[in-house]
Order: sequence, then structure tokens, then C-alpha cells
Amino acid sequence: MTDHELMWRIAGGSGDGIASTSQNFAKALMRAGLHVFTHRHYPSRIRGGHTYTEVRADTEPVRSRGDGFNCLLALGDSFARNPKEGAYYGDEEVKPLSENLDELNEGGVIVYDTGLLDADDIPDFEERAEENDWHVYPINLREIAREHGREVMRNTAGVGATAALLGIDLAYFEELMAESMPEDILEPNKEILHYTHDMVKEEFEFTHDLRVPEGSHDEEQVLLSGSDTIAYGAIDEGCRFIAGYPMTPWTEVFTIMSQALPQLGGISEQVEDEIAAAALALGASHAGVKSMSGSSGGGFALMSEPLGLAEMSETPVVLVEAMRAGPSMGLPTKPEQADLEHVLYTSQGDSNRVVLAPGTVAEAYEQSRLAFQLAYGYNIPAILLYDQKIGGELMNVPASHFDREPNPDLGAVTTEEELEDAPHGPGGKFHRYRYDAEDGVSPRAIPGQKGGHFLVTGNEHNPAGHIDEDPTNRVTQVERRASKLDAIREFLDDKSTQTYMGPDEAQYGLITFGSQQGTVAEAVDRLNDAGHSVKGIGVSDMMPYPVEEMTEFLESVDEALVVEMNSSGQFRGLTQKELGRFGDKLSSLLKYNGEPFEPAEIVTGFEASIEGQDVPDQQTTYVPAAGD
Amino acid sequence: MSAFSAIGEDREIDREEFTPTLEPQATWCPGCGDFGVLKALKQAMPEIGRNPDEVLLVTGIGCSGKLNSYFECYGYHSIHGRSLPIARAAKLANPELEVIAAGGDGDGYGIGGNHFMHTARENHDMTYIVFDNEIFGLTKGQTSPTSPKGHKSKTQPHGSAKDPIRPLSLALTSGASYVARTAAVNPNQAKEILVEAMQHDGFAHIDFLTQCPTWNKDARQYVPYIDVNESDDYDFDPTNKDEAAAMATEAEQSLYEGEVLTGRFYVDSDRLSYSEEKQAIGEMPEEPLAERYFDEDYEWERAHDMFLDRHK
Repeated sequence: MTDHELMWRIAGGSGDGIASTSQNFAKALMRAGLHVFTHRHYPSRIRGGHTYTEVRADTEPVRSRGDGFNCLLALGDSFARNPKEGAYYGDEEVKPLSENLDELNEGGVIVYDTGLLDADDIPDFEERAEENDWHVYPINLREIAREHGREVMRNTAGVGATAALLGIDLAYFEELMAESMPEDILEPNKEILHYTHDMVKEEFEFTHDLRVPEGSHDEEQVLLSGSDTIAYGAIDEGCRFIAGYPMTPWTEVFTIMSQALPQLGGISEQVEDEIAAAALALGASHAGVKSMSGSSGGGFALMSEPLGLAEMSETPVVLVEAMRAGPSMGLPTKPEQADLEHVLYTSQGDSNRVVLAPGTVAEAYEQSRLAFQLAYGYNIPAILLYDQKIGGELMNVPASHFDREPNPDLGAVTTEEELEDAPHGPGGKFHRYRYDAEDGVSPRAIPGQKGGHFLVTGNEHNPAGHIDEDPTNRVTQVERRASKLDAIREFLDDKSTQTYMGPDEAQYGLITFGSQQGTVAEAVDRLNDAGHSVKGIGVSDMMPYPVEEMTEFLESVDEALVVEMNSSGQFRGLTQKELGRFGDKLSSLLKYNGEPFEPAEIVTGFEASIEGQDVPDQQTTYVPAAGD
Repeated sequence: MSAFSAIGEDREIDREEFTPTLEPQATWCPGCGDFGVLKALKQAMPEIGRNPDEVLLVTGIGCSGKLNSYFECYGYHSIHGRSLPIARAAKLANPELEVIAAGGDGDGYGIGGNHFMHTARENHDMTYIVFDNEIFGLTKGQTSPTSPKGHKSKTQPHGSAKDPIRPLSLALTSGASYVARTAAVNPNQAKEILVEAMQHDGFAHIDFLTQCPTWNKDARQYVPYIDVNESDDYDFDPTNKDEAAAMATEAEQSLYEGEVLTGRFYVDSDRLSYSEEKQAIGEMPEEPLAERYFDEDYEWERAHDMFLDRHK
């Protein structure tokens, strides 16, 4: 963290264009040479309600949301203005201003739209502003937008105002507007942008210190979300079939793929339910196409049955699971990491599946590719487990990160030439599920290949695929399927998919998985700067678990704090189960209020944990080590 | 050599090619109607000229699901009620395959009812055979979605209070472009209907009446039957949807009154299949997707080249 970083928050109502405005704002700052990171907060509502997006920007790489924020653009919730007295939206008028004040840092800047918001409605607003040294700029953005274009363009007026206050070159915004807007709305938007910018510069005396720093990138950057990188990873890995049913937040990946695949000659299917979605992915995969499906917690629950079929029949498929807070419908638009156990163990029988959990937007690209390589290389289902946070947050990543060769390799399949020499049983039937497979992987034939027909079944089966309840066959097949996970573990060990943070040697460890990785990485740096001796590890492999790497890590530290977004410490539990020890070394820092960790919360939690104290923060929970 | 040289192979097909060389574990009871489906299906295959390597038979769970153990081809014995979504995706992935889905009345009209409705409305080019014996067989005789009202079983000891599902009407209103009913007790008519259904370009639904001598004691429950296309007593045009619907309704009502009316009830040869619709709007390639993975000359597009610019 540097002193001059910007943490800009735009607040308004759902449907007021908060997401698109903040996306353009972040992109403008990226083009201006800064590193950016966004954090989205929105309610499960189509229009109205309090929503905001934060854009954190710095000259150094940004890995996480910040601690609070320092610049607020409060646009107001246009849908809160219900003319009927006492109607549902009636009491939410000042929320975009009032709701955000608690997290606004000292010395912060406030711009608010006096056309929609009245600071007099907020008790003690002036006192609080004075107390916290906030610099307040009330501007009638709504009126400006009305006069120079249309009322909906007050977002642009707001951007013009903050650009003036922070010293951002308007050319970046103009360029972005020209790229995304049709001519008839582009002109009034440009006028509003310039008018507000100039007006603010002329009419206000700037009392604040906050300015956007000068930055530059050594190579071309792109601004992407985790949903983007998962989709692009799948496409580069040769996935050309997706089936799904909409459910937040998985819908983002589904939407991106549905728009991309027809352009690539691929197929996307929106179907009747999630059982069908996963079953379709299996059907397409069986017929020889790289396929994926996915959902969020509740929809993934329905996929439990086809997932088990994929395991038993060894049909490769990639499923993505975008976690949101649960149980049941939970908090539909808020992140949590509480579906880990659900994804690891759902469906009947012993689990033969791969579960990968990317730690950053950039890593989600590699892990998406890796999920396909493992699924198709080993004829096993692979699940990519992420959450609403990674799915929706935007980060700049070097464009070269994605410049990889496509890999359409179908993995463990036979060709017709190979089928001629492949083992066949009596009567010439292809032995799809042969006992003596290398690494447990018996290559499959694809329907239409000559001499390859075999039977797939969810029942236990013999090498030819026939249903078979013979005890010896059962044991052989169970062990062969399980042995694939050992082979995958060896393959992954060579790739070292875990992310290490901080110094090689340290007294304490921070452990995390999935979307909290960037925040933990920042906390590790801050703790070391503050004189602690801390290293961190972001674990990506949930199944098979990186036993060797984690044993080494835990042996090297005195104590470790596991940071995760759930209330029961599921990842800590998995770690103890897989390693069978270290129960006395592992404590937990948990957060499950619907918001991801801020770096300072981890710093505070760590300091409290080594001092054996309760965490003073009201929104996180510390659970001490309890032994094995 | 093509990756799928079995497809469209020009040679005489012998129906015995569809008989497994290994006897399956005995799962069908003596006198089971499922043997009639098996026989008719084997007879139909040489007529449509398809060999075991180009046929994908996807089944659900239950006695009907065991069809795969008796019928040699690329088989997918899947899970209860889910044969249709698996089958239709396989057909999208490789439209040159002959795709057949099969299941029982519990499998197809109960647990898989949602998929039935949606597969019919999408009009996938495939054949769907429902073994309809009005009973759950493999789980030992519970009331099924097509069991008559008042049907008593261990799980419905007071007799079912529910009206049965009307599969023909359901298929028709859902959008199936070929709707027929046949019976295991007449393999000749069954074979003819199967041939037509497989040659039909669209979703062909066959409600296949199969007697269950073990749990529905009357093994001859579907005899005598009447072929409505042959009988002089019935005059309707199966290409006219209204007339087809009226005939289907009558046939479904009659079944519970002891009169078994079979035949093809509805045929719409003009409607585009789902693949054709998708190709027409640019959502599906002309060449089978599956072929691409075996084509060494195919140039695979990268997300980097196509989509990254919009993020710069």
C-alpha cells in the first residue's frame, strides 16, 4: 500500500448504471497507467436498493479491496423516489450517501447529487464531516444531466466532477464513451462530462489532498473479471459446449460463454434445470466434445446426481461452482466460501473428482485450463470452485498472460487405428474399462468410431462396461478409479499450483484458499512491514489435496491462521483431515457477513491470534486451535 | 480415415450384430413386454441401415434401462429420468449419430417428466421409446404415473387418487413432431413404427405398451389391440394436429376402458428439427462438432484473438 492510493466508491440504486460507470472508471485509470481492482456490492434486486462499487487504484499492483475507502460519489437511488407516500422504496432515499459514511476514511472526499440526496436528512452529517475531516462537494448532478442531455446521464456528470477533483484527464473517459455509446447519446454525455468538470474546477475551492497519482505500465494490460478469465480459459482449452440454467453468480460465466461460443462454432444450451444442464454436458462430452456446465450452490445441489454418474462412468466434464452465501438461497449476491464441503463430497459413494479453487482473477484462467486438462486427461469430472467475489471483481492483468496456444486435445481417447489394437473381450467388444490401465486411466472410444462400441453405466461394471456385481471386479474397479487421483496429485505436484507469499522462512503462517488469496497476500506484506515474521500460502488444489506441500509449510511454522469466508472453518477442517495432524497449530479467522475480508481485518485477526486475544472487530470471528 | 468411419458405412446390416455375445445377467422376467421392444428394435435396425457403432442408445433406470444389456451398440445406461438430456446433447455434438433414448413410464413421465416436455418442445432429432407398463417393475410393483386411478399398491394401499398422465397428449402439446403408440404384443407394427420414428427428422415419441406379467398380473393386458391407421372405424388425418389430438385423447381414454388403440397419431414432416433451427440462427456449426477434435487441420480459435480487445 502506498500513501497516494485512490479508493473510489460510487453508490446508487441497482439499475442506475453503477456497474457500467465503475467499469469505465476503472478502465480509464488502467489506461492512465495505474493498477486497479474493483469490489462490487449489490442487493438481490433488479431496481433500487443500495448498491456500490469500489475502485482501488495505485501505481503498485493492487491485490485486494482496501480498508474502507477515501472518495465517495453518491449518485442517489433514482428508484427510491416513489411518488406514492409510504411506498416500498420510500425510506431509502438517502442510503447511497448515509450507508457509506461508516467506511469512509478520515480526510475523505464526498461528492453527492443534491438533485436526489439531501444531507439534511442524515443526522449529524455536518458534525461527522467535521470530525472526520471529510471534504464535501454538493453538486446538482441531476439538474446538469437534465439540462445538457437526459437525467440518466447524471453518472457522467458525477464522473466529470470526480475527475476534476482528483485530476484525471477527461480524454480517457471520452475515449471509452466513444467506444461504447451510439452517436446520439455520445454527444450529450461528452458535453455533460466537460461541463461538470469545468464547473467544479471553477466554482469550488479544493480543500482535499487526494489526487490520482501518475503511473505507467511496462506492457499492455486488460481489465477482466474472474468470470471472464474462467470463460476464456475454457475456450482456449478447446471447450465448445456449455449447458446451464441461470443462477447468480454463475450466470456471468454462462452468459460470457453463450455469447462467445456461437462465434467459435460452438454450442450453448440454456435448459430446463441444473440436472439437465449437467446431463447435457455429459452427453456432449461422451459424443466427443469438450464440455462444461456449472451453477451456484442451490443449482449445484441438483447436479449431484449427474456428477456421480460422471465419476462412475468416467465421463470427463468440467463443472464450475460459483459460491454465494448459503444455506439454501442464502444471500444471492454476496460472497461466501461455504460450499467447499458440498462440492467435495456431494453425490453418493466415494468421491473421484478434481476440485480446484483459483485464488485470483488471473489464476482463474490457468485453473480453468487445468480443470479441462485434468478432466479430459484422466476421464474424471473436474470442478472449478470460486465465489461471487472472484467472479465479479475486475483486475488489470497483462494481456500477454492470455497469449497461449489453444489446446483442443481430447485427452484419454482412442483413435480408430488404436481401437484395432486395443484390448477387446470375447466377441470383439472393446474393453473401455480395462483393469491394467496406466495411472488408472483407460482411454474411451467416441460413438461413431468403428469397433469401439461399449456400454457406459452408472452401475458397477466390468471391463466391457457390462453391469457386474462380482466382488473381485468391484474391488479392482474401485481401486483403479481411485488411483487416478494419486496420478493427478503427482502431476499437480510437478506444477506447484499453490501460491506462496512473504519470506521463505517465517515464524507464523497464514493459510487461505480461493478468493481471499490477494487480501491475505497484502496482509502478509503489511505484517512483515510491521515487524512480524509471517509467510502465507494460497491453496488451489482442494481434491486431490497437496499433502506434501502443506505438510512442509506447516512443519516450518510455529502456528498458522486459516483465513476463510464461512462460519464453520471448512478449509481448516479439510486441512486437518487430509494431513491427519497439526490440529494444535491451526486456528481460524472467519468472516461470514456477506462481505469479503479487508486486509486490515486479517492483520488485526493475526495479531489478536498470536496474542491469544479475541478479535476486536465485530464482523470477524477468531477460533483458536483445538488439537486433533 | 475419418474419425467416425462407422457412420454411414455402406454395407448390409445383420440384426444379429445388435445381439450381445455375452448373455446379460437375467433381469427381465419371463413373458416381459420388454422382450417385444428388443425384438422390434433389432428388426428395425437393418431397415434403417444403421450399424452398432453409429447408434447411441441412452437409457434411464429400471427394467427398461437394462435394454442396453440386451442390445449391442454405443450404450449409455444413465440415471433415473435423465436419458433425454444426455441423448440430446450427444445428438447436438454429433448430429450424424443415430440417437435413441429409452426409459420406463416412471422414468420418462415421472422423474424425467420435465425433460420429456422440454425435449419435445425443442424437437430434437431423435427417437424416444417409453416402455409403458403402468407400474414400477424393478422396485417391485409400486403405482406409476400411468397407473389407472384407483390402482392399489403397497405405496398406494387405498388406491391411487390421481388421474394418470396422458403421454400422447402431453407429447403432442409439448411439441413432439412424431407421436405414436405401439405394443410389445405386436412386434410387426412396433417394428414399422420404430423404423418410421428413426427415419423421422425431429423428436419422435413412442409410447410403447409393455405388459408386466409379474406386477401387473394380466400378461395380456394390451390384447386385443386395434391399429387406428388400419381400422375402418377410425378416420383421421395424422398430419392434422387437431384431429391427431382428438384421436390421441380417445386412445388414452379407451386404454383405461380396456380398448387398446395404437398407431401413429401425429406426424409433422415439415417442422425443422432443433439442430436445423439452431443452424439457421447461427448457433450451431454445419459440420459435426465432434469431428473437429480429430481434424488435425482445424484451426482452433483463441479467446485472446477474438475477445481480449474489448478488455483493453
